[in-house]
Amino acid sequence: MANARSEILSRIREALKVVAPKPHFKSEPHGNSAAQNAKPWLPDGGATMTARLDLLTENLAKLKANLIRVPDATAAQQALQSIAQAKHWKKVAYHSHPLVAPAVEALLCEKWEVTSSFDKQKLEACDAGVTSCEAIVAQLGSILVSSVSSGGRSLSILPHVHVVIATVDQVTADLEGCFSDMLARHGQKLPSMLSFITGPSRTGDIERILVLGAHGPKELYVILVG
Amino acid sequence: MSNAKEIFLKEATTAAADGPQRIFINKALGGYYANRDIQKARFRDWERARDAASLAKWEAVNDLANTLETFVTKFESNGGKVHWARDAEEARQIMLRLIAAANAKAVVKSKCMTTEEIHLNDALEKAGYSVVESDLGEFIQQLRGEAPYHFVFPCMHVKREEISALFTKHLGTAATNSPEELTMIARRHLRQLYVDADVGITGANFLVAETGQISITENEGNARLTAALPRIHIALSGIEKVVKKLDDLSVLLPMLATAGAGQPMTCYNTLYSGPRKPGECDGPEEFHLVLLDNARTQLLADPEQRDSLHCIRCGACLNVCPIFKNIGGLAYGTTYQGPIGSVITPHLRGLKQWNHLSGASSLCGACTDACPVRIDLHHHLLHNRRNANQTSPTLFDRLFHRGFNFVISRPRLFALGGRVFRFTLPVLKKIPLPYLSAWLKTRDLPSAPAQSFRQQWKDSSHG
Ligand code: SF4
Repeated sequence: MANARSEILSRIREALKVVAPKPHFKSEPHGNSAAQNAKPWLPDGGATMTARLDLLTENLAKLKANLIRVPDATAAQQALQSIAQAKHWKKVAYHSHPLVAPAVEALLCEKWEVTSSFDKQKLEACDAGVTSCEAIVAQLGSILVSSVSSGGRSLSILPHVHVVIATVDQVTADLEGCFSDMLARHGQKLPSMLSFITGPSRTGDIERILVLGAHGPKELYVILVG
Repeated sequence: MSNAKEIFLKEATTAAADGPQRIFINKALGGYYANRDIQKARFRDWERARDAASLAKWEAVNDLANTLETFVTKFESNGGKVHWARDAEEARQIMLRLIAAANAKAVVKSKCMTTEEIHLNDALEKAGYSVVESDLGEFIQQLRGEAPYHFVFPCMHVKREEISALFTKHLGTAATNSPEELTMIARRHLRQLYVDADVGITGANFLVAETGQISITENEGNARLTAALPRIHIALSGIEKVVKKLDDLSVLLPMLATAGAGQPMTCYNTLYSGPRKPGECDGPEEFHLVLLDNARTQLLADPEQRDSLHCIRCGACLNVCPIFKNIGGLAYGTTYQGPIGSVITPHLRGLKQWNHLSGASSLCGACTDACPVRIDLHHHLLHNRRNANQTSPTLFDRLFHRGFNFVISRPRLFALGGRVFRFTLPVLKKIPLPYLSAWLKTRDLPSAPAQSFRQQWKDSSHG
C-alpha cells in the first residue's frame, strides 16, 4: 500500500491537470497575496491615531467589552483596584510583565502568578486573569494575545473575567497591519498560540439569543494606558 | 428510488408541513439578517472583498499540492506532527491510535464538522472512550442523540423548554426558561471536563502555508480551552482548508464572521503553530494534525465544480435558502446541509444516492449571492442534475427523453399529440397518473386552450 501522503498528493496533481479558469473580477486583486490590495474594501481601521481610538471605543462598546482609558501606569493600577473592589474579587491570576505585575501586586486581594507548571484547577478558581497583549485592532475591536506575551494559553480564557492592560501605541489600524507586525516581531519563531479576542465569550446557540460567558470570560476589560 | 431519497422526501414533507416550527426558524434567523446587514455595511466594498476572498481560495486550491507541502513542512518545523488520511476509516484509525498511545481516558471536543463527517464520536465510544462535545449547540445535540441541524447553528431548532428538560434529565438541574441560566448550567458542567481531559480534539478553519499555523474560529471559548488544557491536541482538517498567506486571513476572518453570524469578527480567532514551546507556561505537549481527503480530490478533479472546495463553511447559504428554511436541516440527512451540502454530498458520497438533493432547490440563486467566496452554488445544482442524467439516468428519464426527441423532431406528430392532449385533458385530470399525481398534489393544472399556439399564430395576421 502506497503511503497516504504520496497517494493523496498524486491524486491532487492528477486532478489539477485539468485547469479551472481563474475567476474573473472587475478589479483583479494583485500583489503578493490575493488579499493584499483588498484593504480599501474591508472595514476601515482609521488613518490617524485619533480615528483609530474613536473606532476602537465604538467597536468595544458594541461588543460589550469595557474600555477604560487612563493617563499612566499609576492610574491603571487604580483602575484595576476599583474593578477588583466593585466585583469583590478574592483571587486574581496574572503573569510577569512590566505593565501587568505592578498593577496586580498592588491589589489588596489574593494574587497568584502563573508560571510554568501551574495548577489548572487553581487557575479555574480565580475570579480574574490579568494579561498584557501583542496588539489591539481598531478596525474590529480585537485584542491579540499570544502564548508568549499573555501568560500562556489559559490565563486569558479560563478565569471568569479577563483584564487586558495595554498601551495606546499598541493600537493598530487593521488585521493586515497586525499580521505584518507579528511576522516582523517574531519572525520564524511565532508564539505557539496567537488569539484575536473580540469581546467577551458569547453564544447564540439557544434560540439565537445572545448570552455572554459561554465558556470563556463573561467580562472583558481593556485598560488602555496613554 | 435510493434509500436516502425516500428518507429525504418523507422527512422534508413532514418538516415543511410543520408551520409553527417554520415560524420558529424564521424568527431565529431574523436577528441574523439584521446583524449581517449592519456588518456588511461596514465593509467599504463588500462585493470586491468577495472577489479577494474568492481569489485567495482559488489560488490555494488550484495549487493545492504545493501549498499543502509548504504548509506541512512549516507545520512540522514548528514541532507538530501531520498525519494523512485517504478516507474516513483511515482518519478514525489514526485518531484512535493517537488516543490509545496517549493512554487517554477522557476526550473533550470542540465543534468540528469534519469529525461529524467521519463519524468520529461513534468510533471513540465503541473503543470505550468518553467523548464530550463542548460547543453548547453540539453538547445539546449530543444529549439529544441527534445530528446537528445546521453546521454553524447546531441546535437552532430546539426550544428553550426542551433544552431545560434535557438538562434536567441528564444533568439533574432545575427547570429554567432563561437562555442565560441554561448556558451557565452547561458552562459549569463542562468546565471540570476540560480540566480532566487528556486529549482535546478540534477542527480547523484555515491552514496557513506561509507560517504553518492552523486557524480556529469560534465564539464560546471552548476551542481555546480544548487546545490549552489537555496534554494532547489533535486537530482534524480537510485538505482544502489551506491558504497561502497569513494576510489572506485579513480578508477571510472578517468575511467568515459577517457572512456566518453577522459579527465583525468571531469572538475567538486563534492561530496555533505547534505544541507548547520552551518558555511558554502551558499548552499541550503534543500537537497532531490529521489531513483528510475523503473524496475531496474527486471534487478537485471536476474543474467545473472545483470552486465548491473554496467553501469556508460560514453557513450563509443555508440561512438564505428557501428550501432550508422550509424543510430544516435534519431532512437532508447529510453532514453539510443546505445548498453547499446539496452540491458536495453527491461528490463525497455518490451521485446516484444523493442526486435528489440537486432537485431540492428553487434555483433562486440566493445562496450564490450570499456566498462570501462566490461559489456558483445554484449552477452547480444544475450541473449535478445534468451529470446524474448523463451517468445514471433512470428508466423513466431515458424513455421520456427518447420519446420526447422522437415527437419533437416530427412536426405532424407533435401537432397530433397536442390535439389529443387538449382533447383528453379534462379526463386526464381525473385519473391519478403516476409521476403526474405527485406533482399535482400541490399544484393546479390549468385547462387547455381551445387552439394550439401554432394555430393561433397562423390565424393571426402573422400567418
Ligand atoms: S458555500 Fe459559501 S455561503 Fe455556503 S457555507 Fe460555504 S462559504 Fe458559506
